[in-house]
Amino acid sequence: MVRVNKPYHVSLAEFLLQMLQVLGVGVHDDGERGRTSVGTGYDLSNSVFSPDGRNFQVEYAAKAVENGSTSLAIKTPTGVVFAVEKIITSKLLVPNKNNRIQTIGRSIGAVYSGLLPDGRHLVSRARDEFNSYRGQYKEDITVPYLIDRLGNYVQAYTCYNSVRPFGITSIIGGVDGEGSHLYMLEPSGVYWGYKGAAAGKGRQSAKNELEKLKYDELTSKDAIKEAARIIYLAHEDNKDKDFEIEISWVDTVETKGLHQFVPEDLLAEAKAYAQDKLNEDEDEDEEDDEDEDMDN
Amino acid sequence: MAVKFKDGVVLGADSRTTTGSYIANRVTDKLTQVYDKIWCCRSGSAADTQAVADIVKYHLDLYTTQHGKPPTARIAASLFQEITYTNKDALSAGLIVAGYDDKTKGEVYSIPLGGSVHKQPYAIAGSGSAFIYGWTAKNFKEEMSKEEVINFTKTALSQAIKWDGSSGGVIRIVILTAEGIERLVFYPDEHENF
Repeated sequence: MVRVNKPYHVSLAEFLLQMLQVLGVGVHDDGERGRTSVGTGYDLSNSVFSPDGRNFQVEYAAKAVENGSTSLAIKTPTGVVFAVEKIITSKLLVPNKNNRIQTIGRSIGAVYSGLLPDGRHLVSRARDEFNSYRGQYKEDITVPYLIDRLGNYVQAYTCYNSVRPFGITSIIGGVDGEGSHLYMLEPSGVYWGYKGAAAGKGRQSAKNELEKLKYDELTSKDAIKEAARIIYLAHEDNKDKDFEIEISWVDTVETKGLHQFVPEDLLAEAKAYAQDKLNEDEDEDEEDDEDEDMDN
Repeated sequence: MAVKFKDGVVLGADSRTTTGSYIANRVTDKLTQVYDKIWCCRSGSAADTQAVADIVKYHLDLYTTQHGKPPTARIAASLFQEITYTNKDALSAGLIVAGYDDKTKGEVYSIPLGGSVHKQPYAIAGSGSAFIYGWTAKNFKEEMSKEEVINFTKTALSQAIKWDGSSGGVIRIVILTAEGIERLVFYPDEHENF
């Protein structure tokens, strides 16, 4: 394939790739997109648009997220609940350690799906933002302002050749003087405010469930149970792997505005609820099957 | 000085600026606006306090564009504090920050020489303040009416002017309430016989 509008400098890697293409060797096409622009060299560098106006590195970063373990958060009128599915990759891992949900500061929490070290770095940056804001204004940063700062930070990683975009979609939320807030931040740097947000492998089924919740009436305690249920449900497509669930919350009343892990009894209650609901669904499915049998 | 009252806050000051024994300006305006309804009373070095107020004004403007909402008096006080504290060896600035917003209904912050902040129902500062510590402590009341608070401020400042050689000129007052911003001036022939 002969390219027009060739970028001014062509790296060795790009050159080799083109040679391979010319020879018809190992030209991998992305079947999903059904385009030939993948593998033309435009996907090798950040900050370079492909002729049809895409930034492939950012899209690949989003791919890294899609395979990550499911994380979600639910916003209630008084707080936010975070939950994450932790796939157990080794029997040697210590249960209830290796936490995935993090605290940015006092009343702000974060969870993310994708490349975990990238998430750690972003949280570290968020904490720096939190502290420098306190240093300047002597009060806590608001969630919308924090997310705006982080959005700008993440976006900068899509602009330079020397770096790669963040391989995470992070869900950040908390409470401040203006109430509860929840945002989801993507590898491109774009962020949106949500009532319920989900990222990672099970996001699609999680979103379906999140859409059914009545957010205006939801208490944070109920949200914990729903969060557990949705994580369990989203795990169904990935059933062969063992998992643990981690839940945290921040609520103006229940946790006095502090982001913290939910107490053991609430977690146990939520897990039991999730398991029950899951079994109920399965029973219903079986009944449906029976009906079908009878029809036959 | 600045005083919290029923409907908001008032700021008051004399109008004398001196270079040694010479009165450089007898109609100075020491009540400086840093945001719509956030003002400060400047005392100490005119140059230093003007510079600090200008910097804070810039930061509050920036804050508005970045946050999409107006700053609070608390934010302004924090900015003043940070500047006066980090530059304490170079500055001679005694500031009082007062502001009105619907949430707090008016706040007064005193930021003296070392760069500390004190949230107070009223604050006095400057050379003349030494003479009215007793009077203000005895006569201050919480939740005064507008008329009462103007009288309180005017009387306190007239006494400061009377006993302090470095204070004088007119009395300037700014009133910050839900209604808006109001400015008053009282000339010597009135307050000298107060």
